[in-house]
Parts: sequence; structure tokens; C-alpha cells
Amino acid sequence: MDLVVSRPEGLYCPQGDFYIDPWRKVDRAIITHAHADHARVGHNHYLCAAPGEGVLRTRLGAISLDTLPYGASTTHNGVKISLHPAGHVLGSCQIRLEYQGQVWVASGDYKVGPDLTCDAFEPVQCHTFITESTFGLPIYRWRSDAEIYAEINAWWAANAAQGKASVLYGYSFGKAQRILAGVDSSIGPIVCHSACEGLNKAYREAGVKLPETFTVSEVLDKSIYKNCLAIAPPAAQGAAWMKRFGNAYSDAFASGWMQLRGGRRRSNVDRGFVMSDHADWPGLMRAIGATGAEQVIVTHGYVQIMVRWLQEQGLNARAFVTEYGGEGEGEAPVPEQTPEQEPSA
Amino acid sequence: MKQFAELFAQLDGSTSTLHKVQALRAYFQTAPAADAAWAVYFLSGGKPKRTVPTRTLREVALQVSGLPDWLFEESYQAVGDLAETIAHVLPVSPHAQPNAQGLAWWMEHRILPLRSMPDDERVLAVQACWTELSAVERFLFVKLVGGGFRVGVSKLLVTRALAQVSGLDAKTIATRMMGFADANNQPGAEQFTALIQTEVVAGEAAETSRTGQPLPFFLAHPLQDEPAGLGNLVDWLVEWKFDGIRAQVVKDGGQVWVWSRGEELVSEQFPELQQAFANWPEGSILDGEILVWTGGDVPAGFNALQGRLNRKVVSKKLMADSPVVFLAYDLLRLNGVNRVNNTQRERRQLLDAFYVEHNSSSVANGMPRLLLSQLVTAASWKELTLLREQSRERGVEGFMLKHVDSRYGVGRTKADGLWWKWKIDPMTVDCVLVYAQRGHGRRASLYTDYTFAVWETPPADAAQAQEVAKAIANGEKVDDTVARGLPRLVPFAKAYSGLTDEEFKEVDRVIRKHTVDKFGPVRTVVPVLVFELGFEAISRSSRHKSGVAVRFPRMLRIRHDKPLHEADHLAVLEALLPPETTV
Repeated sequence: MDLVVSRPEGLYCPQGDFYIDPWRKVDRAIITHAHADHARVGHNHYLCAAPGEGVLRTRLGAISLDTLPYGASTTHNGVKISLHPAGHVLGSCQIRLEYQGQVWVASGDYKVGPDLTCDAFEPVQCHTFITESTFGLPIYRWRSDAEIYAEINAWWAANAAQGKASVLYGYSFGKAQRILAGVDSSIGPIVCHSACEGLNKAYREAGVKLPETFTVSEVLDKSIYKNCLAIAPPAAQGAAWMKRFGNAYSDAFASGWMQLRGGRRRSNVDRGFVMSDHADWPGLMRAIGATGAEQVIVTHGYVQIMVRWLQEQGLNARAFVTEYGGEGEGEAPVPEQTPEQEPSA
Repeated sequence: MKQFAELFAQLDGSTSTLHKVQALRAYFQTAPAADAAWAVYFLSGGKPKRTVPTRTLREVALQVSGLPDWLFEESYQAVGDLAETIAHVLPVSPHAQPNAQGLAWWMEHRILPLRSMPDDERVLAVQACWTELSAVERFLFVKLVGGGFRVGVSKLLVTRALAQVSGLDAKTIATRMMGFADANNQPGAEQFTALIQTEVVAGEAAETSRTGQPLPFFLAHPLQDEPAGLGNLVDWLVEWKFDGIRAQVVKDGGQVWVWSRGEELVSEQFPELQQAFANWPEGSILDGEILVWTGGDVPAGFNALQGRLNRKVVSKKLMADSPVVFLAYDLLRLNGVNRVNNTQRERRQLLDAFYVEHNSSSVANGMPRLLLSQLVTAASWKELTLLREQSRERGVEGFMLKHVDSRYGVGRTKADGLWWKWKIDPMTVDCVLVYAQRGHGRRASLYTDYTFAVWETPPADAAQAQEVAKAIANGEKVDDTVARGLPRLVPFAKAYSGLTDEEFKEVDRVIRKHTVDKFGPVRTVVPVLVFELGFEAISRSSRHKSGVAVRFPRMLRIRHDKPLHEADHLAVLEALLPPETTV
């Protein structure tokens, strides 16, 4: 008995008659998190985890939305639904479905490492686990957040000492706030691109502690462009928005893809900080193992590789074809969370 | 190793030339001379003879990481670099404190000895090295084993940094560095000290302490504009531009040394040249082109020359089938005196005299091996432009234009005078992308290496071409489609350059969308993209299914405007073949 099947509209629960992160318009959708490839406009009715309400509304505007606190459950057409932290971004959840003793968990995107801006990933026991595989290769192993923040701080401080701005590209939702939450704000002022600032507001309203930030329209004293940390979406690279920093800035990219020299060189920035919102290879293995699932279904990323590896580990593994992750096979060289469209100004 | 790893990280992490030179300078000022010597060696392209076969490195990496072979291979495909793949998959080092020895110690005590070890001992030794190193150092270790650093540091930057450290001019450093990175050189502290010492060594020729070294090659700039803009034609020496191997022949220490432009010593590849030039006077350096010349008025195509390269054994048959000559066009040193600061005209006169004196003795197997690059005379640029149209039938790439007052500079510079290469436009065909592979380095995981095909026979119409595309998309066997009377696409060339990063991304997306099959790293792609492909020359080839081989193929543009059935067919390619000169 399959509690989740793949349909042209998206992942579907036939017993409950609802979809999970559908990519076409449907009547009822449960949303794992508010990134654009998982949360699309146009569904009649949405359900998400309570901490994700603010960011989902920020992204999708006026929608018919119900929320459920983490761990609480509701029953729909006999299917018991509960949402559990996925550790990916604020409000991200794994969806646990239970029907006639069968338990399936759809995890959306997740990471198992700590994140100052959202609840930590919670392993949920299940029979079938639906997993991502964005960084599903053994070459992807993350270092601790403390090391990454120390690198960013050192880079920022060195630039500030030379009278240069430090422009750090990162996705406006999730990555930007995670950077903010962990950097040493005593080094200097922090400027945020307007694309990030809207989400900063949603994070602050949800109770996430972020340091003070300015948008460029709030900056009166231009001298802060000599020592600030500026956080902007990757689309700002080379755009008019960058002009205010003159020629004397240093730029960097925060992404899991920065793990590889090729990724760093392609992104054409001075520095690459390996900070990802997705699980690394050991993280994927740990998460899958902790569910105790006998069956694993891989949705996006290095799908075929993960399926083959899990099969060789003795698990019943297969794939769902989805439209998550953007790149057809998730071999997405750059960037993470590709489909997220960023305003370019 | 740590200090070198830090230098590497700085070089690798920066896109600014200024920063790179600063980082190099700081390193050369503080590193022990022995370490600095090895750093110069590697960063200027040095590759020591392989100490551990790649196969062994992979095997040890598999053992230590516990990964299955296929997963390591997939990882390698994503990374595009073996050293980096290995560094990322090995377990974190059990030692809290990595080995603190320097680069030279690692090279001399740990890496070079690996070469002479028995296989099983070597496996253990490599494992032991890895446990003593951090992740970045492991990456460097694999690079040191095989050489070939690509860190966006050119030899020019190393030269510049050394010039700043020593206070000498870059040209002196460049001259001293010749041959430094040769595989047979083992750099040491005294070599580094000699590189940057400020006392000028007596005698111009003795700028380098090593025997048989070449001088830095002077490189030409491509001429983009009309040649009339170069002023008076009488101020220029005009020569045909041959498509051979650029080389300097050095007679020094009683031996003949042949150096390629990549500063590789290639003497052993060309025994007939060593033999023919053995009687040259000591202290001679000539610059020119190595060509295969089987008789007649034109040299054999580059294909024939390629067959002479990287041979372990140069057989008599090979030397007889593909005899080589050295076509000289410059004289850089005569009787131990450097002539690079003489004008082009003066050097040419010296060369002419040298040729007259030595060509009759420069013979091997009864064949003259020293040729003189002929000067082309014309009354006007216009006449020269007309002459240039003979390039293809003469088997050359166009003209070289050298200013009569030009000195022989270092590298691609305009500081000492001007050399222009005035090449003919490439041949072009419109062809179809049929296979794709991922690139390496910065292009790893983007599909950037393509195989192109032309129609064997032209399709009847657009519908028939689409029928073929459909058959490929459905995975139908080629023989079956041909049996149905449909035309076949014949692969004939591979290319991986000529597009912008944006265009590569676009093509990458199309490839991912239209992949029908994968064989290892190669994807079969539905024929949907037509490209204009440019190449320098074309010749018959029995090794290629299409029966032709093209030289320097590259993409000129994507032909979105060109429908599939209008791509060229084999007869168009064959019409470009040069007339048969030899059977």
C-alpha cells in the first residue's frame, strides 16, 4: 500500500486526497517549506508547519492557509498527518503520514546539522522515507558551523581593515538569515539586499534573533560601504546594485557547491564558503538510517546514485520523478535551490 | 607542506593577478630556499616523472575510503579532478597535528622515493603519507605525485614575483628559469639561490648554470585588423606560417637539445635531428618549426606529426614514414653569444649565413634536415593579401609578419618588437551535436565537451531529418533507421571551446533535457542543436569513422536559425580536403 505516489501534478496521497509540494495547481497541498520549487502559487488550500507561516505568506501573498505546530497531528480522510522539523530553513518540515498502521515520511529538503535560525531535524521512525539527494555524493562533507562562521568573520574583518566592503552572496531565504544569525556583528555594519530584507522581517517576527541590518535606501552615511558586510542574492552579482561598493570590494559565495574548486571558480568570486542548507553525504546516511525505513524513495539531486547506493546497502530504494531542485537530475552545478527566482535589482 | 598549502589556497582562492603576485612574493621571501625551488618548479608547470601510477592512487583511495568503484567514479565525474576527489573522500586524518615538514622534505623523503618502491610497499607508503596530511595537503600530495598544477598561476606571474623579490628585471629571471621546470631537473636550494642572485654571471650566454637550456620563446600576436594598418611593407619580414611544432634547437655541451614551446625537452623524439645537427658549432640556438616532410613542395599535415609525438620508441619505420625536418626562422645565439637584442633583420642575416655554412652537413639518412624559412616578397599589402590565398594549397596557416627592428622578446610581449600571425580564416561546416561529456576543472559537471556529426547523405526534407531525430529519441538502432531509408549522422569531430559561459549553460540545459542514453560519462543526445564548427585544416584519416580528421575544431556559434536538415553532409567536408599529394 503506497501512501504517496507520483502524479503529473506532484507527490500525491491517494488515501487522503492531497498533494505534497505539488508543482501544478491542485486543491489541497501540504508544503514542506517555502522555497519556490516546493511552494508554488495557485493551490486552493495550503497546510504548513506553524513556524513557517510568516515566510510562506511573505512569498506567496494571500493564500488559504492552515498551520500545524511541529509534532501536533490532524486527520484528513482517515490519514493522520503530523509535521516534524526538517532543519532546512525556518518552518521547514517533514510530513509524516499514517494510515492503517503504515507510516510514510516525506522530508522535502533537510539538513541534520545545527542551524541558529530554525528547529533541528528530527528523526521520525517510518516504513517508507522519501528523501532528497542534492548533495548525494561522498565528496560532500560539511565542516562545523563554528569553523565556517570563523572563516567568514576573518574574511570580513580583513576586508574592513583594508577599507573594503565584503559582499557575500547567498540565497535570500534561508542562507541569508543563517549567515546573519552567526556572524560577529561587532566587526561592522551589515547591509542587506531588499530581496533578503523582506524575509529577515518574517524571521524576526517569528522570533529568530538577527543582528541589525540596513537596506541601501536606509544608508545615509556612505562610509559604511567601506567596512560593511553586504548580503545579497547571487543575482546581484554584476548587477547595478553592486555599483555603490565601487571597485574595492571583496565578494564571496556561501553555498554547498563551494566545496569544489570547480564550483568556486565558476561562481567567479574571491572566496567560497561551504555553507549548505542541505544534508551532506554522512548527514543523508544518518538521516535515512535513523528512520529505520525499509523503503527509501529519492526525489531530487543525485537520484540514481543514491538509489543504487541504498540498494547496495540492502534497502528497498527507488526514485520519484519530481520537479524539485530545478536541474533535471539535480546535478545542479550552481546554484543550490535553482528555481528560486530572485529580483535582480 | 603547510606553508605551501597556504600559498596554494591563496593562489587558488583569488582571481586577482595582483594578489597572486603578492602571495607568491611573500612566500618566496619567507620559505626556505629548498622549498621555494620546488614551488617555482611546480608553479611554472613542472611535472616530475610519475612516482605512483594513477591506477594505484585510485586503488588506495578506494581501500581507505571503503567506497565502491562506481561511486568513486561518479564522484570523480562530478569533481573533474582526481586529486580533489581523493582529498574529499578520504576519512578525516586521525592525527591532530599534521606532519610539519616542508615541501622539499616531502618531495625528497616521501614522494620521490615512491617511484622505486615495489608495488605493495608503495601502497602502504601512500596510505601512511595520507594519514599525516590535512585535506588540502592530501590534495597537494596527489598533485605533487603527478605534477600539473593548474592554479591560475602562469609562469609569467612566478617570474614577476621572483623579479620583485630579487630586484632583477623579469627578462633575466625568465632566461634563468628556462628548463627549470623540465621533468629531468631536480630543483634544489642552490638552484633557487641562483635564480634570484643579483650578481650578473660573467658572459651573456651563461645566464643559466645548466647546460643545453633554451631561451624564452618569443610569441606572436594574432592580427585582427587589415595589415595595411601596420605601415610600410618594407619594414616587415614576411614568412609563411607553418603548422608544426615550435622548437628551439640548442647545440651546447657537445650535444643537440630540442626544446618544444612548452619547454619540454623533446630531443629523444627526433633522433634524426640530433644526428643531423651534431656538427653545429657549440653555443648555437636556432628557433623554428619541426615538420614532417615526405617530399614534394608542401609539408605533411599535422596528423603525420602527431604520430611522432610521445613515442616511447622511435622506430626506423616511423622515421622513414614520417621524416622530420627543422625549418629555421630565427637565430638566437651564435658561438655562445646571445643575439636576442639584435634586430630581426640582423638576426635574419646571421641565420642566412648559418644556413649557407651548415645546411650541407645537416643531413641524416641522406636527407637534408635543416630548411630555411623563405622570405615572401610582395610589392604591396594588396599583393600579399592575394598571395595569402595560396596558404591552403601550400599547407600553411597564413603569414608571419616580423618587424625588421624587432628584438627577440620574452613570451607574448610587445615590449621588444612585434611579431604578428596573420592566419587565414578557418574552414567551417554546420554540424549537429550528438554526444556530450562533462568538462574538467571549472567546467566539471557542466556538459561542455561535444561530439559533432554531419549527415552521411543530405536528408530529403525537414520531415525526414525530424524522423531521424525521433528515431534517436526512441533509442532505435542506427542500422534499423538506415534500413528504413533514413540518412545517417556521422560523427567527425570533438570540440569543447568557443562558447561563452552563458552559452555553455544553455547548451548544458538542452543536453540534460534531450539525453537518450548514457555510456559511462558519455551522453547520447537527440540531434536538436546545430553548430557552426570552425577548423584549421582537414585530412583523410583511417582512424575516424567519417574518414576525415579536422585540426583545431572549435565552435564558432550555435546556429539556432539553422534547421536540422540543413546541417552539412559528408560530401561538403570531403570537398574541403586538400588535393592528394602522396598516396
